[in-house]
This record gives sequence, structure tokens and C-alpha cells, in this order.
Amino acid sequence: MIRFENVGLRYGMGPEILQDLTFQIEPQSFQFLTGPSGAGKTSLIRLLFMSLRPTRGLIKVFDRDLSVIDKQELPRLRRKIGVVFQDFRLLDHLTTYENVALPLRVIGKDESEYRSDVIDLLKWVGLGDRMHALPPVLSGGEKQRAAIARALITRPEVLLADEPTGNVDPPLARRLLRLFIELNKLGTSVIIATHDIALLEQVDARRMVLADGRLSIFD
Amino acid sequence: MAQSDDTDNQQSADAEVKPARKTARPKRSKRIKRKVVSKPKKPEQSEDSRLRPAAAIVPPQSVAGRALTLVVAIMSFLACLTVGGVSIVWDAADAWQNDLVREITIQIRPTEGVDMLREIDKAVALAQEFPGIGSVRAMSDAETKALLEPWLGEGLQLDGLPVPRLIQITVADPDQLNLEQLSSAVSQNVVGASLDDHSVWTSRLSAMAGAVVAGGFAIMILVLGSMVLSVVFATQSAMAGNKDVVSVLHFVGAEDSFIAREFQRHFLLLGLKGGISGGVAAIMSFLLLDMLTRQGSGQASSDQLSALVGSVSVSLPGYFGVFGVVFLVAILTALTSGLAVKAHLAKVD
Repeated sequence: MIRFENVGLRYGMGPEILQDLTFQIEPQSFQFLTGPSGAGKTSLIRLLFMSLRPTRGLIKVFDRDLSVIDKQELPRLRRKIGVVFQDFRLLDHLTTYENVALPLRVIGKDESEYRSDVIDLLKWVGLGDRMHALPPVLSGGEKQRAAIARALITRPEVLLADEPTGNVDPPLARRLLRLFIELNKLGTSVIIATHDIALLEQVDARRMVLADGRLSIFD
Repeated sequence: MAQSDDTDNQQSADAEVKPARKTARPKRSKRIKRKVVSKPKKPEQSEDSRLRPAAAIVPPQSVAGRALTLVVAIMSFLACLTVGGVSIVWDAADAWQNDLVREITIQIRPTEGVDMLREIDKAVALAQEFPGIGSVRAMSDAETKALLEPWLGEGLQLDGLPVPRLIQITVADPDQLNLEQLSSAVSQNVVGASLDDHSVWTSRLSAMAGAVVAGGFAIMILVLGSMVLSVVFATQSAMAGNKDVVSVLHFVGAEDSFIAREFQRHFLLLGLKGGISGGVAAIMSFLLLDMLTRQGSGQASSDQLSALVGSVSVSLPGYFGVFGVVFLVAILTALTSGLAVKAHLAKVD
């Protein structure tokens, strides 16, 4: 699905912050990406999401080589990947419902086609009664769930979540983790970047540990 | 902590959505309660019906303020005024040209031993025979004297001076008249005669009208060019202000053309608003000018202006030109913003 071979990344003329990353994300797999703060987890997530290009190495996303890919093709590939950012990135002037429906609006779907799907998903993530609220009045947990719902609405093949439990209390973190596991069972590959040890201990899943720019994988 | 934040925010959100409740007085509380109970219960609204129409992805207030609308309105106003001015001059030049084309003159210079009156009669008879000629009239002695009076003074005796005589010809149908034939016939058959068809004046007039129209177009291009540049700057500023929106749209898989359309929509509306305001202001100015000219007819200054340019009112093509400018402004604004967004996005990735 996604394959990295000897991938390296540096910003400008600075030191290489990711070195010789080689791994593969298999379909319907579940993995944690962990490591100390500043280890480069977010940079790796950005590489996975194609919002950064590597300075060396090969990245293949859905069998397409990122180094030769046309810029026009990127949006279509990105639609197969759902991303949950640490800072949620919800649009403050759109309601929860509109934020979640955004990926469908972007691909030109008519509201009548997706209305019930969005409402059902919002209910599934526990935001059924908050769909008309604007993000500034949502709590951290609600924003997190809205961001997750937005990432899931197009039924992506891969879900990338950057510190999805960083802004929520332990009970909500457990609830969100259950949501990711359920999603994985439905067929989506899940990659969760976190440095929350408690969260890692709850699931027996593949661990990708980033330290000093190098990646160690524990299956 | 997060949980408590959760609850606080939930309450604040509820407070925002629900209307403020009035505090009921303790005495009336029972009555109020009874009233509430007796009311028939309204059916609950479905989730679908409570959804508002989808809000614009790019918030309109973040795109451009009133300042840009005002700039577009002023630029459209100036462009419309130019169109109106060009239309007035064009109509005037056309009227002058028509008048001159419909009038030609035969000039007979006195020659020794030739009877001037006989030559005049010959020339009049010759001209009248030509197809397309309306009327032929030799200017009388009195009229010739009147023409020369400003230069030679009163009490002029034409007999003693070699003064050329003029024959005015009014052309009924310029298409039927062969000027070259008439000119050669006049110079061959009438001694000392030559035909003046005012072609020098008409060519100068058309050159002048052409220059005014070219100048008007140049001014309009400059005005619209400045407007386009203002829109480019405003688009770049709107893109910078909506960096987060653009980034979110990118990662939810939006194509550049979709993002450009979202911005373009706002700028098209802004261009329409500005263009219509400028166009309406220009039309009102034209109507005011027309009204003032009509009111001032009979006064020296107004008459002089009318003598120079004829009717000082914008004709129908001028008003069509204003509509054209409004349309052009709206389209230019939208196209410019769309191209600016695409150029910006190309640089970003």
C-alpha cells in the first residue's frame, strides 16, 4: 500500500532528520508510530501524506512512485488517505456537520447524496447532538472526534492520526482507540503517531519507533 | 481536565444555540407552567431540516473588504465615463462628417475677358444635371460681401475686386454622386472653376475622431489594468489570510481548480457589486449632463458646446458600452483572482 525504501529527509541545508527509513504499510494493518518528542513523527506523517517530498530514497503510495508523480494526481491519492492532525485543523466558520462533509463537497458530491452518511458518522463518533455547533465552542475531545469523522467520511484506505489522544483525558483516549480498532476491523490501515505509553500498552500492535532520525520496527 | 473543559464548552455552546430564557416571577410560575403544559407539543424537527444551507468554504468576509469593492466601483465608473465620452465625440464627429459629405462647393475665380455671371449659370446648370445632387445655389453678392466683411470691412464693391464666387451644392444621395466626374466636368466646362468636396476636412475629422477613440480605449485599458492589479494584490492577501483554509482543502483532496473556484466566486460577486455601482453612477452622471445641457439651452456657454459637439448626451451605444464595461469588470475580476490563486498554489507546492 505504502512503501518506503532508504528514505531520508532534511529541511533546507540542515541535518538529516529522517535517515534510511525502510518499511511497508500493509492493507488492513494497525501500527503505532512512536518515539520521543522531536523525533520526526510529524515529518514522517507528512511524508506518508505526500505533503513533503523526501530528499532521498523511494516512496511508493498505492503503487505510484512519489518522485515521478504529477502534481495534478496528488489530490486523487490524498483522498484515499484520511489524516487526523494534532491541532485538528477544523474550519472555524463551518459547523461540525459542514467540516465533516468537506471532503465530500470537495469531490463534487451533492449534499442530498451525503447528508445521511455524515449524520450517521457524527452519531457514531458521539457528536450527533453537536453537528450544528461551530468548532470554537467544541471541547478538545469533540474537536478531536470531529477531525476523526472528517478523516473517515470518504472511507479512506489508510488513516493517519498524529497524536490523536494528545488533547483528551484517559477515558476519552481509550474510547478513541476503540474507535480506531473498530475502523481497522472494517478494513482501513491505521497508523497512530503517539508518545503516550499508556495507549501503546492497551493494544498489541506493530510498533514503529523513531529515535535519532532512524526507525526500528517491532512486529 | 479535558473532561471539565468538555462540559464547560458544552454549556457555552448550548447557551449560544438556545434563546435566552426570561426569569419568571415566583408568583406567576404556576400559571406559566400550566400554560406550557396546556400547549400542544410541537413535533420534533428532523436533523435534515435543521441543517443550514452549506456555508461558503472560503469565508466571504476574509476575502476582501469594502475598500476593494470601492476601488472596483471607482475604476468601473472611470471606464464607463471614458466610454460615454468616446461615444459623445464619436457621434459628434459622425454628425460633422455627414454634414460635410452632404455639402460641396464650386468656386469660380474671375478670369479676364470672361463673364462671371454666365460662368455661374453654366456651373449651376451643369451641377443640376448630375445624379445625386439635391439643390444648387449660387451665393448672392450680398452673401459674398457678408463673408468678406470681417476681413475687408463694410461698403465693399465686388466689381472692382477679383473675388471668387461660390456655388453651394447640397448632395441628396452621396452614393449616386460621382464626385470625380463632377469635378472634371466643372473644371473643363466652366472657366476658372474648381470643385471643393471638403475631403481635407472630413479626413482630418475622422483622424481626430479615431485619435479620441484610441485615446479613450487606452485610458480604459489603463484603468482596467490598475483594477486587475488591485485584484491580484487583494487575491494574494486573501490567500495569505486563508492559508489554513487552503491547507485543509489540500489535505482533504481538493484540486487547485476547486480552490480557485471557491475564491473566484467571491471575487465575481465583488466585481459585479463594484461594476454595477460604478456603472449606475456613470449612467446617473450621463443623465445629469443631459439634463443640465437641456436646461442650459439658450445660454451662450451651452450653445457654444452644442455648436462644437452637437448634442451633449450619450447615445444608446454609449449606454450599451456601460453595460459592457460592467460585465467586463466582473469577468476580469473573477478571472484575475482565479489565475492569481492558481499561480499562488503552483508556487506553494
